[in-house]
Amino acid sequence: MGRLVLIEKIAIPGIRDFAVYRAHGGYSNAEKALKEMTPADVNREVTKSGLRGRGGAGFPTGLKWSFLDRKTDHPRYLVCNADESEPGTFKDRYLMEHLPHLLIEGLIISSYALGVKTCYIYVRGEFKHIIGILQKALREAYQQKFLGENILGTGFSLDIFLHPGGGAYICGEETAMLESLEGKRGNPRNKPPFPAFKGLYDCPTVVNNVETLAAVVPIIGMGGDAYKSIGVGKSTGTKLISACGNINKPGVYEIELGLPVEDFIFSEEYCGGIKDGKRLKAVVPGGSSVPVLPAELILRTLKGERRLMTYESLAEGGFDSGTMLGSGGFIVYDEDACMVRNTWNFTRFYRHESCGQCSPCREGTAWMEPVLRRIEQGKGKYSDIDLLVNIADKIEGNTICPFGDAAAWPVSSAIRHFRHEFEFHVEHPEIVKNTDHGSLMRYPASSIQYR
Amino acid sequence: MSGLIDHKLFIKENKIVKFSEETLERIREIVLHYHGDRRKSALLPVLHIAQQELGGYLSVDVMDYVASLLEIQPIEVYEVATFYSMFHLGPVGKYVIEVCQTGPCAICGGERILDHLEKVLGIKTGETTPDGLFTLKTVECLGSCGTAPVMQVNTEFYESMTAEKIDQIIDDLKNKGNKQPSETRWADLF
Repeated sequence: MGRLVLIEKIAIPGIRDFAVYRAHGGYSNAEKALKEMTPADVNREVTKSGLRGRGGAGFPTGLKWSFLDRKTDHPRYLVCNADESEPGTFKDRYLMEHLPHLLIEGLIISSYALGVKTCYIYVRGEFKHIIGILQKALREAYQQKFLGENILGTGFSLDIFLHPGGGAYICGEETAMLESLEGKRGNPRNKPPFPAFKGLYDCPTVVNNVETLAAVVPIIGMGGDAYKSIGVGKSTGTKLISACGNINKPGVYEIELGLPVEDFIFSEEYCGGIKDGKRLKAVVPGGSSVPVLPAELILRTLKGERRLMTYESLAEGGFDSGTMLGSGGFIVYDEDACMVRNTWNFTRFYRHESCGQCSPCREGTAWMEPVLRRIEQGKGKYSDIDLLVNIADKIEGNTICPFGDAAAWPVSSAIRHFRHEFEFHVEHPEIVKNTDHGSLMRYPASSIQYR
Repeated sequence: MSGLIDHKLFIKENKIVKFSEETLERIREIVLHYHGDRRKSALLPVLHIAQQELGGYLSVDVMDYVASLLEIQPIEVYEVATFYSMFHLGPVGKYVIEVCQTGPCAICGGERILDHLEKVLGIKTGETTPDGLFTLKTVECLGSCGTAPVMQVNTEFYESMTAEKIDQIIDDLKNKGNKQPSETRWADLF
């Protein structure tokens, strides 16, 4: 049984309520930080812990915090990114639904460390029920004097406000989120200036993911060194992985970083293997944006080593044979899944969600989508496959924000590893057209043999 | 903050567009969440409230009204309302059904759920039933991939959908008929 560090309290009945959370040791780490530690102490522990951003980029949290401009007279802000929209990712939702006070405690400790008096939780608008849960928890925290003026008599004051999104994937990008908080369209900003200097209302701002901010609580509890002792190398601590797709036990799991991918997919403790006794075809391990890998490469690296659930191991081999841990949105495909249709589906998503600011992304996604569609429908040409690679290549790296990369990688990786499926669609239009996979996104295994 | 929000009326389509006094009071409080009277920041929460309480969609009148409340230009409201997918710019049914179409739902049968709904409701995706009860739409990833396929009715999630469950849900909603859906008010959430 893996060790639970972040969500160890999750099974306690009624843990959503302040009284129950408090009775089980909740808010004691906030108390410890505010009463026994200086903000510099908290920063030091977070840096020591090796915690990396859990939203997808994996940037070291302590380092991000150290960039915050503490010299200006302007107010500083902390924005909690709860806009979870990356396809395949539903871990933050799980955390907020069950442990809203853990997030609030993390926000208190983090705000104290950063010298922040106002914090916003930007929750995607579709999570209206979670906004309700958080609002109730915030009210309780205010009543119990863990929020508001002069918290616990320490002189530290903090307000936390909820802000709803309006249904736009791009607002999960930190500068788009700041634009959206200012009441504008979610168009990402050019960097620099980075939010640490000019963020919300041009004031120094830190934007962190829900899971990252919640992880600060156990880090203060056990100390940075102890947290760092969990995991492998630069992948320290635990990570929430949301597993979905063709597996027996979809759900959110807390894993110690370093767990072999094979164990995660096939052990009863986690995904429980592939549904209906089928074989594993492919995995997208970090949300739709990261490269897809075929079964043989997700289980073992090209060097033949067991692939581990760490930032480094999943990236081993670069994009030729590796991928990314990303957000931890772990999507599993069985042998019948059609990778062409999946790629078209994801590209349709990116076309829909592109903010339209940069031409390569706006035009590129709108160009790739119909090309993928016609290949998928058996109306494509061989040259379409290379055309897709070409377009993806021209989007990647040429946009203001990482959305362009996120739209390009699923296409280039699918063609890199599953080119034979794209070619099959071009070569056998009669089979593709006559196979009723349209409503299921899958082929009956018997009707098509790819290899 | 430069005084309280003005209470202005817009009467273009022979309809009075205005929030209740109680909702206005809530909006005045929400505006205070944003430092230094940055009331434009309240635009997204106020648009959610407006859509729910002023007719189910954001007409030009409603958007102009919101602009006046927040003391911003109407174009600043239009450009935001058209950017975010949760806002309806034209009339919709009492129950807006949105089916997730993104990868994780699709590989678990999300597309078949949409086909079934089209059949049951007798409309195509994007249309509203003639009785004005249902609008059928697609939506992108709702963060329910572990309980796929998922759909939303207005803002409520329905997870691990099957054809049988859909039939039951549609029946229930039809029986409720023209009664107002009992939903959490956006105005009560902040």
